[in-house]
Amino acid sequence: MQPLAPLQLTPPPRTTVGARSRLALAEGLLAEQDVRSCAVLALRWLARHVGLRRGLVALVDGETGRLAGLAGHGLPPDEVDAFKLDLGDANHPLVLALGAAEPLAIHAGPGLWRAIETTLGAGPLHAVPLARVEPGEVGPGLLLLTTATDDPLPDEVLWAAELLGTRVTSLFYRRAQADERRHKRERSWLVGVLNAVTDPILMTDGDGRILIANAGAERLLTGDEKLSEGWRRAVALNNMLFSASLFKTAEGSGPTRQELLLVDPVEGQDLLFEVLRSPMRIKRGETGYVSVLRNVTDLRQAGEELEENYRRLRAAEARTRGERDKLDLILNSALDPILVSDPTGAIVLMNPPAERMFTAASAGADPEAERRVQANDAVLSSFLASAYATGDLRARGELSLTEPETGAAVPVEAISAKLLSKHGEDTGVVTILHDLTDAVEKECLFEQVKRHSEELHVRVREATAELAEQNELLRRQALELEQASAMKSQFLANVSHELRTPLNAVLGYTHLMLEGVSGDISTSQRDKLGRVDSNARHLLSVINDLLDIARIESGKMPIQVERLRLPDLIDEVMREVEPLIARTSLQVERELAADVPEIQSDRQKVKQIVLNLLSNALKFTPQGSVAIRAAYHPGEDQISVAVADTGIGISEENQKNIFEAFLQADSSYARRQGGTGLGLSICRRLATLLDGDISLISHLGEGSTFTLWLPRRPQRPG
Amino acid sequence: MTAAERRPLVLVVDDVPDGREICAEYLAFRGYGVATAEDGNEALEKTASLLPDVILMDLSLPGMDGWEATRRLKQDERTKHIRVIALTAHALPSAHERARAAGCDAVVTKPVLPEDLVLEVQRQLAARDAAGE
Repeated sequence: MQPLAPLQLTPPPRTTVGARSRLALAEGLLAEQDVRSCAVLALRWLARHVGLRRGLVALVDGETGRLAGLAGHGLPPDEVDAFKLDLGDANHPLVLALGAAEPLAIHAGPGLWRAIETTLGAGPLHAVPLARVEPGEVGPGLLLLTTATDDPLPDEVLWAAELLGTRVTSLFYRRAQADERRHKRERSWLVGVLNAVTDPILMTDGDGRILIANAGAERLLTGDEKLSEGWRRAVALNNMLFSASLFKTAEGSGPTRQELLLVDPVEGQDLLFEVLRSPMRIKRGETGYVSVLRNVTDLRQAGEELEENYRRLRAAEARTRGERDKLDLILNSALDPILVSDPTGAIVLMNPPAERMFTAASAGADPEAERRVQANDAVLSSFLASAYATGDLRARGELSLTEPETGAAVPVEAISAKLLSKHGEDTGVVTILHDLTDAVEKECLFEQVKRHSEELHVRVREATAELAEQNELLRRQALELEQASAMKSQFLANVSHELRTPLNAVLGYTHLMLEGVSGDISTSQRDKLGRVDSNARHLLSVINDLLDIARIESGKMPIQVERLRLPDLIDEVMREVEPLIARTSLQVERELAADVPEIQSDRQKVKQIVLNLLSNALKFTPQGSVAIRAAYHPGEDQISVAVADTGIGISEENQKNIFEAFLQADSSYARRQGGTGLGLSICRRLATLLDGDISLISHLGEGSTFTLWLPRRPQRPG
Repeated sequence: MTAAERRPLVLVVDDVPDGREICAEYLAFRGYGVATAEDGNEALEKTASLLPDVILMDLSLPGMDGWEATRRLKQDERTKHIRVIALTAHALPSAHERARAAGCDAVVTKPVLPEDLVLEVQRQLAARDAAGE
């Protein structure tokens, strides 16, 4: 800011304007009731009498604290309106001028007063106060004007400015009074309106202090010493609650809605309010709130009641529906026809069995069926009519109906009962038709069931007796079987004995002759005796095998457990079959695993098995090789002796029964080889006796492997 | 004449003529002295009078059977040293056990080849000589 030019106060020059002209201005000003018009009038008067070319009247606006252009002469109106000056700067020349007693001539530096310069043009600026004020006070406004010369302002300017100031002040005062009155009136209206609203309404400042409250709000939130103790306490509590709700309202936000529970100070009951709260700017930098409290206590009660009523209604409806469903269920599950008819006799309700009797099945139904339905209807109607006529509540009768579809006669017992309302009026008749044929049939059925039941009873008794008899028979048969088994063994033993005796003679004599005991024999005779001998021997082996089987089966085969070394046993067997081997061109291998341990078993029987398996292999292997292998299987603690050949093999089918007595894959071949067909059967039985088994792997034409499995020790005491 | 110098005498006891004849004929053929008996009683009598070296004793016999006869012979101080070979068509071990229990020194099951029988007789004679009886 540039330093201001020193103020130059010069006394105004004296001019001479006639008293008449002065009076005319004074009268003109008095006639005007408007500040702007007064200002315009004064400016025009100056223009005419002192040659004012440009001038501006500016007034202090109390509300905005600014000096604002009011009216101008020689200026465009928008420039007048544009003239605004904030009075905050106490050292501003115009602010100083407002408080001065004399007009000020202001020499403004370039740019400093541009607004004024552009408004009033270049040249010395005179600021003339519109009224003389006491020091320290601010006048109502200024008359700003420029003059062509530095000459002092004429007296008329000062006089007119003062006159205008007086008039403006007077007008201002009157207006202020009018405003005051209007404000009072409006405030009383506002309070009236507010009080007319039953909802409590109040306005609070930034600290929550009540600025305005209507009667409803005062009743809740204000009180004085005259009030009862209870009221005071309620008011204090309400204030606390209300303040708390105010603090919950976020500052600066828009309208909010809250629920607030207050106490009615008079009645003492709880009141629930819905608080609608809007922020409102009270003055610069301070926001208050307008709160409108809507009493929703009754509303909530009403809501709750409504809800309760609705709930009750729903429950009642559900109950009714449940009962209705139950009734439907009963009606629909009843086999007897049930009908309900109204007082006029029209049927209003039927269950399915009733529908079958009293309604035609469907469109295009059998006309015969329809006729029967009508007949049934007529029978029922006449029964109902007579039942009604008696005036009794209940009626009973036997009716002859017809099954509509089949035409079968249906005798029914009809029982009807009048349905009375609470007031004793007839509302209808319920009729139940009990099918008598059904009863008859049921009786029949019952008899039948009874008869069947009795028959069944008899049969069960018979069957039980029979069963007991069968049991006895079975027991006897078991006993007989046991005896038979013993007899069979005895028989076999005897047969064996009786066969052996003559066989002994056959073999003996043959031998004697072959030995030459009875003299020399020819070659041909020797040959034929040889045949007798071999046949007799075969017969002997068959007899021996049979006896073995008989003994095993009758459990009479004794077992002698001893320690035995398989290699020794196999050596022995090999020696015995040496003559057989010698007769073939077979390669015979012997593989004994080093870890084969000593075992405990019946030496004689193990040998018999191995011998049998090995001689079989030799007999049934035309060419190739036969191998005997012994191994130990620690996992199962078992030893195995396998005899593998490259012989004729055994078909899968024959493998199944190769171990059965008297079954041989190729019996003719076996016979030719001197077998009895009992060897394997005996081997398997002996192996089982020793807690072992024999397995077989074979392919027809490729050979067979028979393996004897034995536990290292017998599982049961020998 | 000592036992070693004379021909060993074998008493063949069998009720079946064929069996008796085969044994007798073959043993004779092989150089043994042979006597025969048809039942238990006769066997006891012949043994007492002839004191054979070996008796071939059939077990199933009419009258006194082989088991009983053997028992008696073995209970008699004069005859108990005589070797008795049971010769039977009974193949069941039970029969054999009974024979051994009765005192038989060996059991041979019929049918038997005469040749094998002679082998058994030789074995019994060798055993007796070894025992110094």
